[in-house]
Amino acid sequence: MPDLTAGLRRALSRLPRRRVLPAAAALVVLAGAAVWAVRPTPDAWTTEDLRITGADVELDARFYLPADRDGKVPAVLLAHGFGGSKDSVREDAESLAGRGYAVLAWTARGFGRSTGQIHLDSPDHEVKDAQRLLDWLAERPEVSTDGPGDPKVAAVGGSYGGALALMLAGQDQRVDAIVPQITWNDLSQALVPGGVFKKAWAGYFFGNGGASALGLLGGGDGPGRGGEIPATDPACGRFAEDVCKAYLQMATTGVPDETTLALLRKSSPATILDKIKAPTLLIQGAVDTLFPLSEADANARGIAATGTPVKVAWFTGGHDGGEGPTSDSDRLKFLTVQWLDHYLKGEGSAPSDDFTFSRVAGFSALDRGLVTNGYSTDTYPGLSGSGSTEVTVEGTAQPIANPPNGNPGAISSMPGLTGRLSSVLSGGVALDVPGQHANFESAPLTGAVEVAGSPTVRLRVASPTGEAILFVKLFDVDQNGAATLSAGLVAPIRLTGLPADIAQAQPVSVTLPAIVRQIDAGHAVRITVATSDQAFLTPAQPATYTVAVEPALTLPTLTGKPIADPGALWWYALAGVVGVILLGLLALLAVSRIRHRRRDVAVVEEHANTPLVVNGLRKAYGDGFVAVQEIGFTVARGQVVGLLGPNGAGKTTTLRVLMGLTQPTAGEIFVFGHRLVPGAPILSRVGSLVEGPGFLPHLTGEENLRAYWQATGRPWEDAKFSEALEIAGLGDSVHRKTRKYSHGMRQRLAIAQAMLGLPELLVLDEPTDGLDPPQIAEMRRVLQRYATDGRAVLVSSHLLAEVEQTCTHAVVVNKGRIVASGPVSDIVGDSPSVQLDVSDVPAATRILEDLGVRSVKTEGTSSLIVDMNGAARSEVVASLVGAGIGVDRLVPRRRLEDAFLSLVGDNSRGSGDR
Amino acid sequence: MSTVEAAVGYKASGTLPIWAEVRRQASRRRTQMALGFMVLLPVIVWAAFEFGNSSRGDDDGDGGGSFSSIADLATSGGLNFALFCLAVSAGFLLVVVVALFFGDTVASEASWGSLRYLLAIPVPRARLLGVKLIVAGLYSLLALFLLVGTALLIGTVRYGWSPMGSTIAAEIPPAEGLARLLGIVAYLAVTLLVVAGLAFLLSVLTDAALGAVGGAVMLWILSSILNQIEALGDLRKVLPTYYTEAWRGMLSTPIQSDELAKGAISAVIYATLFWGLAFYRFTRKDVTS
Repeated sequence: MPDLTAGLRRALSRLPRRRVLPAAAALVVLAGAAVWAVRPTPDAWTTEDLRITGADVELDARFYLPADRDGKVPAVLLAHGFGGSKDSVREDAESLAGRGYAVLAWTARGFGRSTGQIHLDSPDHEVKDAQRLLDWLAERPEVSTDGPGDPKVAAVGGSYGGALALMLAGQDQRVDAIVPQITWNDLSQALVPGGVFKKAWAGYFFGNGGASALGLLGGGDGPGRGGEIPATDPACGRFAEDVCKAYLQMATTGVPDETTLALLRKSSPATILDKIKAPTLLIQGAVDTLFPLSEADANARGIAATGTPVKVAWFTGGHDGGEGPTSDSDRLKFLTVQWLDHYLKGEGSAPSDDFTFSRVAGFSALDRGLVTNGYSTDTYPGLSGSGSTEVTVEGTAQPIANPPNGNPGAISSMPGLTGRLSSVLSGGVALDVPGQHANFESAPLTGAVEVAGSPTVRLRVASPTGEAILFVKLFDVDQNGAATLSAGLVAPIRLTGLPADIAQAQPVSVTLPAIVRQIDAGHAVRITVATSDQAFLTPAQPATYTVAVEPALTLPTLTGKPIADPGALWWYALAGVVGVILLGLLALLAVSRIRHRRRDVAVVEEHANTPLVVNGLRKAYGDGFVAVQEIGFTVARGQVVGLLGPNGAGKTTTLRVLMGLTQPTAGEIFVFGHRLVPGAPILSRVGSLVEGPGFLPHLTGEENLRAYWQATGRPWEDAKFSEALEIAGLGDSVHRKTRKYSHGMRQRLAIAQAMLGLPELLVLDEPTDGLDPPQIAEMRRVLQRYATDGRAVLVSSHLLAEVEQTCTHAVVVNKGRIVASGPVSDIVGDSPSVQLDVSDVPAATRILEDLGVRSVKTEGTSSLIVDMNGAARSEVVASLVGAGIGVDRLVPRRRLEDAFLSLVGDNSRGSGDR
Repeated sequence: MSTVEAAVGYKASGTLPIWAEVRRQASRRRTQMALGFMVLLPVIVWAAFEFGNSSRGDDDGDGGGSFSSIADLATSGGLNFALFCLAVSAGFLLVVVVALFFGDTVASEASWGSLRYLLAIPVPRARLLGVKLIVAGLYSLLALFLLVGTALLIGTVRYGWSPMGSTIAAEIPPAEGLARLLGIVAYLAVTLLVVAGLAFLLSVLTDAALGAVGGAVMLWILSSILNQIEALGDLRKVLPTYYTEAWRGMLSTPIQSDELAKGAISAVIYATLFWGLAFYRFTRKDVTS
């Protein structure tokens, strides 16, 4: 464990602090953003779970109240769909509660944890339950009222709950507004359209009404969570006896009898529409084979007939299509809130009579769903559109066979399998069985037709039995022959009294289900008449009918105003963002220009004629390492100055600052009197080679020099290109790629590059590195020649001999400080010390000390370094020899060597490689 | 007193001319390879369609999803062929190419050692970055247009000049289809700004060209993976890759543009942030390469 922490500490300390801080800050910001994004927001509502007594049952309910309410608030009764529970409407309830409504959601009798049996929104049972809920709401102190026992309340719900809202409004005038969605007008019409039993949907619901109810409509959680489920009759589940009987009767024969019809009718809003006085917003889905648009149309007409305000909205969804795209659900949410706000809260002006609908535009960009465009018209046009287009379909009378027991059967929709909207809508599942259907197709349309409503077509049918059940469908056929059954909608018809011969058949008018679709130019329209459909109950007996379709097909059309896409706002936002960025950029440019103007361009007069003056230069790195303690020197015109020091003495760091690559911590540099900072234009008068050559490996030597000069942007003729090439002395190799160059060739090319344009100050870092002796000799001559005509050269080296032979002046640095500087001749001049190799070191030392020299140091086994202190060498030798000590060698030492070697001797490892 | 500060002919704003940088990059093998592959890809796709087994048309089980729609219709005309080539390369290939152009540009100079000589010319640091940015952008655009242009050419020669089709929306007439295709190219270019920004920032921070390119691609992939995790909810919307598929909105009629605008906003903000950081860092740092 201690090892671990120590290791960790070591690892941490290795990270430079200046990196740790920003990284930690970035991490904190990211973590903060993540926490903020997923933080639990305080609920804008409170809830209370209750058991409320209905007509003769106990209802499982939940009461939502807005958290910050000012006095009393209006209420909303929120009913769920078939098979759902109070939990299935939770999201809507929370949303409404958040908007300031008290919301009462409950599980209808026969579902979930409510007691009782399913009576299909019967006025005697479910509707009475809802009336008890109104009583309950009127008692609540939080709910505003119109009068004693009369709460200010709206009824909202989808499908099963939508019918309840309608029925309740017809039966109880205390309801102030209703928003029924995707619901029925006449259950007998919805379940037995055209006299043909819709077995798939009916069976699906019957199966789900039982104890094992799965969630459906509105995505209910089902009662499963609730726990105890009363023991039920296996045949009828939780259905009331009369409802169960009616289903069994209908499903067995395919034709509802009087009792069944009476029961279905009793559960239908159609019977009480004239009593509804509550303003009604009807929302119906265009992708709904259970309750198609015609159900809402009948409701709308029935309610509007008594002068009650009615508004209709269609969306792309429904029992088959689900909630629909976001743009649709947003629109519906807006309409609902607008309706409630006006008729319950009295806020906002009265919603206008306009009608909104949506049509598929294409694939969603982000998922594989569909997107729709919203349209509006001034008034609700019904199912016949605002205009119509006649299309001629062609085809001769054709015989089609009815399969026994409807098997195999055509497929139009898949009830209960709310698939992806795209596949439902594009008719991905539609399938017709050969021999069982007849096609009548139009020529390709010359222009697009915006269909919205129920197309009508006339049919002639002959049947040997005098009867026939047929399914009429409209396909949109594209140029490639792919046919689409819009939303899987079909018109089932039961015909009786038919002749056996087609010639005697009378035309029958068939109203196809209302669709919303644009049939594009070039597409054809196909009417298909089929004998079977798996969603419906068809006769068990095989038979062969003959069908013919009259040429005239009427398509109702409706052109709406596109609803302004809120997406346009995003384009303005984009323009804003780009604008702000551009403004910011302009501001930055302006600031930098002002700074550029104000920058210190003053020339320090005393240095104006000096190529280089370095004063008190210091460089400390972020991690605390000090590469240069304090360095100051001068390079005058005509000088070749050697910057001499062991590796890591701070030479290269000094040169980096000189090139503007590194910011000094302190000190200043003047080139011809101009202060040198990174990027200062005065750098253009300095040629440099620092830390080895840097070439583009894919270019030849010559191309590299050209590329470099092009990057300066200076005129070509100023480059003195041929002279530089001559200095490089690469011969034909100059046309080879530099990646193939040897170290020495690169070095020569780099020196040539530094000399391009003959800059007045040349700065070379270890220029002879990698060169062979003749080349070194040549380079010395070149540098000495270069420092004429007022130019100057600064050379760094760790080799004493090189500086001595090349330079006029030398600056010796060690550990970031200047140790010695001056003309080489001065420095190289004789030193007061000599090196003596003697045969007897201890004896020699004694004698020398007696002679009065300043110091004697032993070096090696037989050498002495002696500081003579003015004593003559001959005298010293004579004394030693006179004392009988053998003198092998006497070497005079030089000043520079003294300085340099003592440094290197002290610390040949230098102070770090920078 | 001499006021002549710079060498004769030197002007800070004249250093590293754009065409000089274009030439520096043009002669590089990786530039040539990247651009060459942009031309090669449509040829490969074409060959795959020509010589691959023709079991296409099977329902691949995604129920008419948009990609299968693009794939199924790829051979219906030049526009659709170009669209398909764009669709298959948008997710990865273009990302790598853009990361290469932007990530390599500064880091490679640093690794060659030539960066310090450019700065000693002196090319002002901001100008150096600006020119590098512009030239990398030009090469990226060139790559994009080479891809689309070649695909359009091959597709049109082989499959004809026909309307742009998609399985759900109406066919789009050729002239408008071309405009839509260019719109898609423009949108892709904008979303790739994020990669460009990230790669460029890394290019400034590191001396290893491979690190900058690979790092940018890795981060992009990481963002794409996070984007797949739906449990992240709204947090995904701040991911730079969230809106990369929004170009499909161009295929609907009328165009679904709000996601395009949001994607453009996201990309522009990210790119500005990354480039801003790159400039901030580079104009202050000690160049130690």
